[in-house]
Amino acid sequence: METKAVNRPMRKKDAMALVTGQPVYTDDLAPKECLIVKLLRSPHPHALVEEIDISKALKVAGVEAVFTYKDVPDIRFTNAGQTYPEASPYDRLILDRRVRYVGDPVAIIAAETEEAAERAMRLIKVKYEVLEPVLDPRTAKDGPILVHPEDNWQSLCPVGADNKRNLCSSEASEGGDVEKAFAESDVVIERTYHTKANQQAMMETFRTYAYTDIYGRLTVVSATQITFHVRRIVATALGIPKSKVRVIKPRIGGGFGAKQTAVSEVYPAFVTYKTGKPSKIVFTREEAQTASSPRHEMYLDVKIGAMKNGKIKAIELHTLSNTGAYGEHGPTTVGLSGHKAIPIYSKAEAFRFTADVVYTNVMAAGAYRGYGATQGIFAIESAIDELSHILNIDPALLREMNITREGDFMPAYYGETANSCALDRCLARVKEMIGWESKYPRRIMENGNIRAVGLALALQGSCISGLDVASVAIKVNDDGFYSLMIGASDMGTGCDTILAQMAADCLLCEPENIVVYGVDTDVSPYDSGSYASSTTYITGNAVVKTCASLIEKIKEYGAKKMGCNPKEVDFDGKRVYKTATDESITLKDLANFAMNFSDTALYASEMHTSPVSPPPYMAGAVEIELDRETGKIEVINYKACVDCGTVINPNLARVQTEGGIAQGIGMALYEDISYNKAGVMRNNSFMQYKLPTRQDIGTVEVTFESSYEPTGPFGAKSIGEIVINTPSPAIANALDNAVGVRIRELPLSPEKVYMEMIKNED
Amino acid sequence: MEIKLWINGKLINDDVSPDTPLLEYLRSKGCYSVKRGCETSNCGLCTVWLEDKPTLSCTVPLMRANNKHITTLEGLKSDAEELGGFLADEGADQCGFCNPGFLMNVLAMAKELEDPTEDEINEYLTGNLCRCTGYTGQLRAVKKYLEHKRKGG
Repeated sequence: METKAVNRPMRKKDAMALVTGQPVYTDDLAPKECLIVKLLRSPHPHALVEEIDISKALKVAGVEAVFTYKDVPDIRFTNAGQTYPEASPYDRLILDRRVRYVGDPVAIIAAETEEAAERAMRLIKVKYEVLEPVLDPRTAKDGPILVHPEDNWQSLCPVGADNKRNLCSSEASEGGDVEKAFAESDVVIERTYHTKANQQAMMETFRTYAYTDIYGRLTVVSATQITFHVRRIVATALGIPKSKVRVIKPRIGGGFGAKQTAVSEVYPAFVTYKTGKPSKIVFTREEAQTASSPRHEMYLDVKIGAMKNGKIKAIELHTLSNTGAYGEHGPTTVGLSGHKAIPIYSKAEAFRFTADVVYTNVMAAGAYRGYGATQGIFAIESAIDELSHILNIDPALLREMNITREGDFMPAYYGETANSCALDRCLARVKEMIGWESKYPRRIMENGNIRAVGLALALQGSCISGLDVASVAIKVNDDGFYSLMIGASDMGTGCDTILAQMAADCLLCEPENIVVYGVDTDVSPYDSGSYASSTTYITGNAVVKTCASLIEKIKEYGAKKMGCNPKEVDFDGKRVYKTATDESITLKDLANFAMNFSDTALYASEMHTSPVSPPPYMAGAVEIELDRETGKIEVINYKACVDCGTVINPNLARVQTEGGIAQGIGMALYEDISYNKAGVMRNNSFMQYKLPTRQDIGTVEVTFESSYEPTGPFGAKSIGEIVINTPSPAIANALDNAVGVRIRELPLSPEKVYMEMIKNED
Repeated sequence: MEIKLWINGKLINDDVSPDTPLLEYLRSKGCYSVKRGCETSNCGLCTVWLEDKPTLSCTVPLMRANNKHITTLEGLKSDAEELGGFLADEGADQCGFCNPGFLMNVLAMAKELEDPTEDEINEYLTGNLCRCTGYTGQLRAVKKYLEHKRKGG
């Protein structure tokens, strides 16, 4: 099919509103009369509220209400934005007598002004029974302290959860004869890697406002990736029918998975439900850092068996994931650490993947771009390089020998086949781009610094197979312009635009002729949400299907107006014409006829789901400069090549990739959520949690090697998540190539690097 | 306290609480382009011009703006559209939340530095965080904008 809009760089439809600073985000739109909602948070990682006295707080002028655990429904729910029944356990109350991390809400304050709310907060007296916390995930399972001892804790899905063992979930899977493959291997390496929690740190923190609409329904406007799931979560938490809740998503100031959890929604929803008055909450950056939904910290035990000639025989991975105080996305992220890392090397004869996800008394984890795959790939791609050094084989060559290629069966990837795979071409391309042959492994610079190169590969999914759904609706309006209604959340990524590009090519018109609207649960067609890299692939396919249905309706209506059989006509985007005689009627006329004494709705809506989740692939190569006197790593060049199938919008795909790489560099070098012995987080602002600046990322160059995915819209797969996966292992590998120092715990801080270098010298 | 200031050229006399952050005051006056991204002067989202100098409005107590001229992106509509167009053409607007503060600083840089190198651009703008673009697309846009201005655009 010839494409005119797809595979073209097109401005985002909302671009000019965004770049000129129009008021399009949640807090810009909130009514001025909103009550300000603030949360009193626990100073203890584990405690029971013995007494709570709010009488003085209520006397503060301007205070509307103060709520404690005594006021909320005794209904456990999860904030995880997942399809019902959620894999994440129902382990939360809006406010709980038991607080489980420093930052867990103890009281909700609603006041006319921020000052009044804060004054009231300071006047709430809480007496805690302080309990021993579980702070180390390695001691959590079957330990003496339970994070969730309550009897009404509930796991809705068979994910191997047991709250009486601090287990949020556990799983095991294998393929081939694992023991035999290891026994036959010439070399077996076993290594443990440790990845930390990271904050998505989107520039717009969590924020929500709520009001009662003219029908008396609770309307929630929120910066969310999961508009429809929020409706269910809020209704469940409040114990009210879903029909009483409406959720609207305006523009979102970034998400990266953070807003795949309903972090802020239930609080103003509860306040408005109880008071009948509009209310809003805007998380401070401190709250966004300390009480939100970061990446799961993981310990990953990797075992790889290989022959001397480099053939990998078996890969085994055990992941211990720290879900923190609550289980949002715990059971699901961990699976990706195995199922999206091991299949990079599907030629191995056998694999085994086991995992435990444990509760601890730190901030709950959630969804962050890469969703477990990032952690698994850091471990596997680091281990592959460690293996290559033992085998004395160039790590690029070792990969070439063992990677998944087009047509390969991938036992660890849910038994799917790689029907579209240009991973081999991606690898070849980045080797060329970075100058691998001349630069590997290192060279010493005149100033004594060392420049070295490192490589890593990655894959991800394009949806949650057999689960995610998306529907879209398209209607024909006056003069024949189209409305494309979607339930997927554009969070800045540009899905409103790329879906219009697809629709334009299907409907044979200009993208400007298509108006996009999302998302309002009262009017938008259902979409499970913008996560799991699913929007291009799943919602895109729904667009293609809906366009096909709509064209049939336009043709039928045209034929009816021309008094012929629909089989005799075709549609060229502007008119319906008889194929034999070229007699025609314009879309403009048809659209206008359809609004005048007509019984035909020029409207179509289709839903899509997929039994498979075709992986995008990526290769990343980095050149670093290491200061041997300080251990500081500087990224000089980052070269990346992505196979996301057909690129729908080259500009947006490139920026996605560049942005993911920068986040990955932050994860590799700086970003490190850590706690002191009292369970207090050390990184509660951008002072202590360094995001990469534009001076920290070197020169990033991105290219594409496209395969064609037969099940994808226009041959497309996904791009959003895979792009964060290569920097951590590539930089760790480059460091090893530079000075023979292997750091297995992120981030690769100068202190760690320097201390390891000293150890090596000893 | 009584205050007199100009927001985007418009004189305002007001009775205010002196420790109100300039950021919150500007938003209350309808300048919604001014965004808060942190509380610690780390992100650059709240950048406005105070007497033509780029300033982080989150840490300016309102009284320090007394008798001063404040410019926000609302007051620079045509510049915003011109520079913003280059950002849009790279797809480097993305979520857009950091765009206004970023634009304010780029426009200040364009007045202040003549023909800046890539390193100078990155240094000048380093306080403007962006979590979406990875900065590379922003750099392309800024370079094209400066080139356009050099050619008399």
